[in-house]
Amino acid sequence: MIREITLGQYYPADSVLHRLDPRVKLFGTLLYVISLFLFQSFTGYIVATVFLASLIAISHVPVKFMFRGLKAIFILLIFTAVLNMFLTPGRELVSFWKITITIEGLRFAAFMILRLTYLITGSSIMTLTTTPSNLTDGLEKSMRWMNILKVPVHEIAMMMSIALTFIPVLLEETDRIIKAQQARGADFESGNLIHRIRALVPILVPLFVSAFRRANDLALAMESRCYRGGEGRTKMRPLRYERRDIIAYLVLALYIACIITVGILF
Amino acid sequence: MNLISARKLIFEYVRRDKNGDVDGFSRAIDEVDLEISRGDFVAILGPNGSGKSTLAKHLNSLLFPTEGTVFVDGWDTTDAEKIWDIRKSVGMVFQNPENQMIGTIVEEDVAFGPENMGIEPENIKERVKESLTMVEMYDHRKTSPSKLSGGQKQRVAIAGVLAMHPKCIVLDEPTAMLDPVGREEVIRAIRGLNDVENITIILITHNMEEAVFADKIYVMNEGHIVMSGTPKEVFSRVDELRENRLNVPEVTLLAHELAKAGLNIPPGILTRKELCNCLCRS
Repeated sequence: MIREITLGQYYPADSVLHRLDPRVKLFGTLLYVISLFLFQSFTGYIVATVFLASLIAISHVPVKFMFRGLKAIFILLIFTAVLNMFLTPGRELVSFWKITITIEGLRFAAFMILRLTYLITGSSIMTLTTTPSNLTDGLEKSMRWMNILKVPVHEIAMMMSIALTFIPVLLEETDRIIKAQQARGADFESGNLIHRIRALVPILVPLFVSAFRRANDLALAMESRCYRGGEGRTKMRPLRYERRDIIAYLVLALYIACIITVGILF
Repeated sequence: MNLISARKLIFEYVRRDKNGDVDGFSRAIDEVDLEISRGDFVAILGPNGSGKSTLAKHLNSLLFPTEGTVFVDGWDTTDAEKIWDIRKSVGMVFQNPENQMIGTIVEEDVAFGPENMGIEPENIKERVKESLTMVEMYDHRKTSPSKLSGGQKQRVAIAGVLAMHPKCIVLDEPTAMLDPVGREEVIRAIRGLNDVENITIILITHNMEEAVFADKIYVMNEGHIVMSGTPKEVFSRVDELRENRLNVPEVTLLAHELAKAGLNIPPGILTRKELCNCLCRS
């Protein structure tokens, strides 16, 4: 069951989006997320929808993968919607007992759901079309200026990529520990919340111990392969902007211009 | 000069009691002398806790001797300036294939070593291709390591070391966590590297069948080298190996028992074919 959890799920395919420089995708996602909060009107959503839909279309990733990420935040979505629905003041639509639903509330709730859905789907497109290592490469290169502020950019990027490599390994390990404990009669599925949380301790302790052991092994392996930090290190595939990346930046600029215009006009 | 030579190597580690106070010293390696020349295939055998892994870590400056010296290609391993040259020359492959994968895809993992050495991108690509081809993993270059079998992972780890163009590869029980098929794949790859590419191999193992292919065997126990010689010489001393908590290959054992029972079989039979020939003749 534990294998179903996907994090940084990459979908291998050959599309323009896959080939784009990760820096473009990172920057684009950031701008896209910001842009979702720049408008209030219905027209704005049309622009955002068209943009998102065309991205999905050219990504060659099946649509069901896009919405997989939404499952995780389903409860959050409902919660936000309900709160917005009941707590926004305005014209009354229905009212019973102490609860009133307003037209504004309904509108706001719908927009909030759309916004969050778009936000998650938009960032899903990035993670689905970019390999984790490419992503960390992109982060490392675009954050390099922070070195001036004594931020250890290379080290952080390296940690991220190691964490990503080890997610499947540790998931498997957790699965194994759970089974081992169950085989000896441990019960993880019944009892109240506190009981269940306490049942996790015998899973977490061995998991951490093994994670430390693995970290030690990995450090040795890295050192014996001449790892000595980011200095003097080269890349097999250094990031370089190509023509398609420039075009992508232009498209992005156009989209932002559209959104801002719409935000001002409507 | 030999590629690797250890002289009177001693390694002690501090034993601590429950409160973290020094309790005493334990000698993991005790006055070991080791000479390994270029192109050799050397196997180091020994039961658990015999100090063989500790010895391996001395060969590329992961551990430093308490007393005595280790020379790699004429460099002292304690020389801080030469440490990266030494690590470049002596590659290490560890027991657990999962814990030595750094890249998220095979190709990236193999490129990790050359990238650290600051090699030009084009050259790295060549090296990656060349070393993956050597271990027959080039077709899997775009795969995620988590999707590979144990034997395949271990071959990728070997490729990762090969891409650094080492003079010598130290393999610390590379097959201990593998199934028989994976074990065979890895051993075949190692033998290929030694035969075809003439790379020096130091194989640390407690599997006797793997040591049969070596040019020279060292047997370690409790920090000492207790036996050494060609596989034929070492495996003909069945009782002595037993005393050191080691077994001999099945075929050798069978030959030994048959000889004891009165058949005319010379000591030090290593392969099934040899035994068959002997039996047919007698």
